[in-house]
Amino acid sequence: MSRRLITALDIDGAGGHPAAWRGSEIDPAAILSGELAVRAVQRAEAAGVDLATFADALEAPADVPERVGARLDAIGLAARIAPVTDRIGLVPTLTVTHTEPFHLQASVATLDHISSGRAGWLVDVSSSEEAAAVIGRREPAPAAETWREARYVVDVSRRLWDSWEDDAIIRDAATGRFVDRERIHYVDFESPSFAIKGPSIVPRPPQGHPLTVVRVASEEALQAVGEADVVLLPGTADLADRLAAVRAAGSKPRVLISVSVLLDGNTANAVRRADGAEQLDHIGGVERLADLIAEWSQAGVDGIHLRPASLELDVPVIASKLLPLLRERRLAGPAVGRAVTLRTRLGLRHPANRYAVGGRQ
Amino acid sequence: MTKQIHLAAHFPGVNNTTVWSDPESGSQIDFASFRHLAETAERGTFDFFFLAEGLRLREVKGRIHDLDVVGRPESLTVLSALAAVTTHLGLAATVNSTFNEPYELAKRLATLDHLSGGRAAWNVVTSWDAFTGENFRRGGFLDKADRYVRAQESLRIVRKLWNSWTADDLVLAQQAGVFAREGAGAFADEGPHFDVRGRFGLPPSPQGHPVVIQAGDSDQGREFAAESAEVIFSRHGSFEAGQTFYKDVKARLARYGRAEESLKIMPAVTVVVADNDAEAEEKARHIREQQVSGPTAIVLAELLWGRDLSAYDPDGPLPSEDPVVGSGVTQGRVGFNDPGPIVAEWRAQAEANGWSLRETVINQQNRQTFVGSAATVAEAMNRHVQEDAADGFVLVPHLTPGGLDPFVDQVVPLLRERGVFRSSYAGTTLRDHLGLTR
Ligand SMILES: Cc1cc2nc3c(=O)[nH]c(=O)nc-3n(C[C@H](O)[C@H](O)[C@H](O)COP(=O)(O)O)c2cc1C
Repeated sequence: MSRRLITALDIDGAGGHPAAWRGSEIDPAAILSGELAVRAVQRAEAAGVDLATFADALEAPADVPERVGARLDAIGLAARIAPVTDRIGLVPTLTVTHTEPFHLQASVATLDHISSGRAGWLVDVSSSEEAAAVIGRREPAPAAETWREARYVVDVSRRLWDSWEDDAIIRDAATGRFVDRERIHYVDFESPSFAIKGPSIVPRPPQGHPLTVVRVASEEALQAVGEADVVLLPGTADLADRLAAVRAAGSKPRVLISVSVLLDGNTANAVRRADGAEQLDHIGGVERLADLIAEWSQAGVDGIHLRPASLELDVPVIASKLLPLLRERRLAGPAVGRAVTLRTRLGLRHPANRYAVGGRQ
Repeated sequence: MTKQIHLAAHFPGVNNTTVWSDPESGSQIDFASFRHLAETAERGTFDFFFLAEGLRLREVKGRIHDLDVVGRPESLTVLSALAAVTTHLGLAATVNSTFNEPYELAKRLATLDHLSGGRAAWNVVTSWDAFTGENFRRGGFLDKADRYVRAQESLRIVRKLWNSWTADDLVLAQQAGVFAREGAGAFADEGPHFDVRGRFGLPPSPQGHPVVIQAGDSDQGREFAAESAEVIFSRHGSFEAGQTFYKDVKARLARYGRAEESLKIMPAVTVVVADNDAEAEEKARHIREQQVSGPTAIVLAELLWGRDLSAYDPDGPLPSEDPVVGSGVTQGRVGFNDPGPIVAEWRAQAEANGWSLRETVINQQNRQTFVGSAATVAEAMNRHVQEDAADGFVLVPHLTPGGLDPFVDQVVPLLRERGVFRSSYAGTTLRDHLGLTR
C-alpha cells in the first residue's frame, strides 16, 4: 500500500556538495545575501514540498579555502524567507548546548508568529571543542550529556510556549486590562543545568508548539526522540533496525529518511558532478529515486528529507520531476493546498495547553 | 552649516504611551503590524526602524502588569523578516549584553546585516538585575557596577569578530576554487568576562558591520556611548534637556579621539499633528487621557514614589508620603534614581492648578514632545536639530500600526521642502543614511 509521504528539503549553503558553489549557474554572493536559499525554498513550495530545514552549527564552517567557509544564522535566514512564502514549513537548526534556552524558545515562537504558524526547529547539540571555545562558557560535554540537556531544553521551551494561554490577550477596555494575568503562567522550571522562572515574553505561538525535529545520527540522540514531533534518519543503511530503535524510543514521531541526492538522468553528467562529493545516497535519475522512496515507504518511513547536492541544479529537478512523479504514484500530496499551519499540514494536532484550566481551551 | 535631520520609527512599546484601547489600535504581535510601520517609515525615507526589548514581563506589586501592552516577538527574528519586505530602511534591534554571549550576538547581527544588504544596527542595553536573571542560566550574576564593564567587553569582542575578515578574505573565485582565504575570521580574546577563541563565519557586510546604538542614561552609560556608540537613543526630548545632554555627551568624545559627527543623538519623541495648532492641542489632550487611565495613574505614581499606592484614589489628591528608591514595587522597567525633586514639582503643580493625581500625571508626565500643525511641528523639530538639542529623533507612535502615517504624510514633506531631510535615499546602507564611516 502506498501512502502520502511528508517531503522535506534541506538548505545548506549552495547545496551539500562541497563544490556546489563553484558551478557557473551560481552567483556565490547569493549565498550570503540569502537569495539562493529564497529561490530554492520558493521552488520547493511551489512544487508542494512540506517543509525546509536550514543547516547550521554554532561554530563557523571549517577553514577550508575551497569550501563555503561562511554561513548565515539559520533562524535569521528562515525568518528572511517567511514573508516571501506562505505554505512551506520553515525549520532552522538551533544548537541548544550553549545558547540560553529562554532565548531559543523566544526566537522559535517569533518565527512561528511571523510565518503564521509554519515554524519548527531542528534541535541539535554540540560536543565540539570549537563551539565550546567560541562561547567560552563551558568545556565540551559528551553526546550523552548534551542530548540529555536537549530534552530539558525542549521540555522547558514547550512549557514557555504554554506559559501564555491562547486567549491571554483580552484587550478589555472596560477594566483597562490588556491581558488576563490569570492566563499567563510562571513555569518555575528546574533542570540539573539551568532554571527558568518564566513566563515567556512572547505570546503563545500560533501552532501552540512549533514543530520539534530531531536528527537521530547516533545512539545518544535516541534520548531526545521522546520529545520529537519529527525524526530525521540520515542515510539508507540498516534502515529497518534504526526505524525500530526510533519507534521503540519515542511516542509517535513522524520519521523521515534523510538522504543526500544528486539528480541527473544523464549518467556522464551525474558522475562528473559527483566528483568530490563526500557521500551521496542517490546519484542519478528521478525514476530510480522514486522507486527507492516507494521502498522506504514500504519499510515504514513517513517521509523523505532530501539534501540536494546543489540548490540551483537539484532543487529544480526535485520540483519539476520528482514531486510530480511521486504524486503520480500517490506517494505525495497535491502541490497546492490551502495555507495552513505546519502541524495541520503534517496531520499533527494543536497541542492542548498544560496550564489552561478546564473549559477555556 | 544646515544639519540634516535623522529619523527613526520605534514600534509602539509596552508602556502607557501605546494606546491599545483605541478602535484603530491593531495587533502588537502580527507580522502585518511590523510590516505596516516599516513600510510607512520607508515611504518617509526614515533612517531606521527600531525594536525595543524586555527579557521579563513587567510586574507591579509582585504580579504581572496588565494595564499596558504585554508580549512582544524577539527582535532579530522580526527584523530578518522585515529585511525581505523593505529595501533601504535600517533595522535596529535592542539586545541585552548581560544575558547574551558576544559570539552569538555577532553571528545573529551579522546575519541580519547580510540579509538586509547592510542595514542592521544593535542597540546595546545592559539590564543586569536578578529579576530578569531568573529567566537565565546564571541568574542575576552581575553587580550593577559591572553592567557596562561587561557591555564594553562584549561590544569589543563583537566588533573584533565583525572585523575578523579583512576586505580581501572573501575571494569567491569559482574557477580557481577559492571561496575564502585560509585563516579568515580567526579570533581570540580574553578579559574579565570572556575567554573566547575560534573562527567567525561571516565576512563584512556591505556596510562593514552593524551600527552600534546605546540607550543608557547614567554617567557610565554616557561614557560607554562616547567611547563606543554611533547613535544614542536618549530620553531627553525637550529642548532644554536635549541641549544639556547633547553638550554633555559630545564633550566626552574628544577624550576618545572622536569627531562630533561620529555620534548621532536621537531622543525618543512623541508627535501629535492636526490641521492647526489648537486642534492638535485638543487631540494631544485626548491622547493623554487615553494613555493615563485611573489605574495607570496609580502605577505611574508607584514607579515614581517607589511605594504601593493602591489605597489612593486617582481622582483624589497626591500621596502625602515621601518617595523611596529601589523598593522593587515596580519590576522590569527603569525607575527613578532621584525622585524627590520630581515629586516636589508634581505637588507644586497640583496645588497651583487644583489637579487630582491622575490630572497631574496626565499633565506632568505624558506631555507629547511636538504638538501642532505640520508646519509648527516641522519648525520645532528643525530648531531642535539646528540648535543642537538633537541630531534627529526616534518617533514613538501611540497607535499600532498606523500611528506614524500622519507624520509621514504631513510633516515629512515639509522637512523635505526645508531641505533638512532627504527626499530619497542616496545610499543603500544604514551607515550611508546616518553619514557614518565604515
Ligand atoms: C530611551 C531609552 C530606551 C531604553 N530601551 C530599553 C529597552 O528597550 N530594553 C532594555 O532592556 N533597556 C532599555 N533601556 C535601558 C538602558 O539601555 C540601560 O540598560 C539601563 O538604563 C541601565 O543603564 P543606565 O544606568 O546607564 O541607564 C532604555 C533606556 C533609555 C534611556
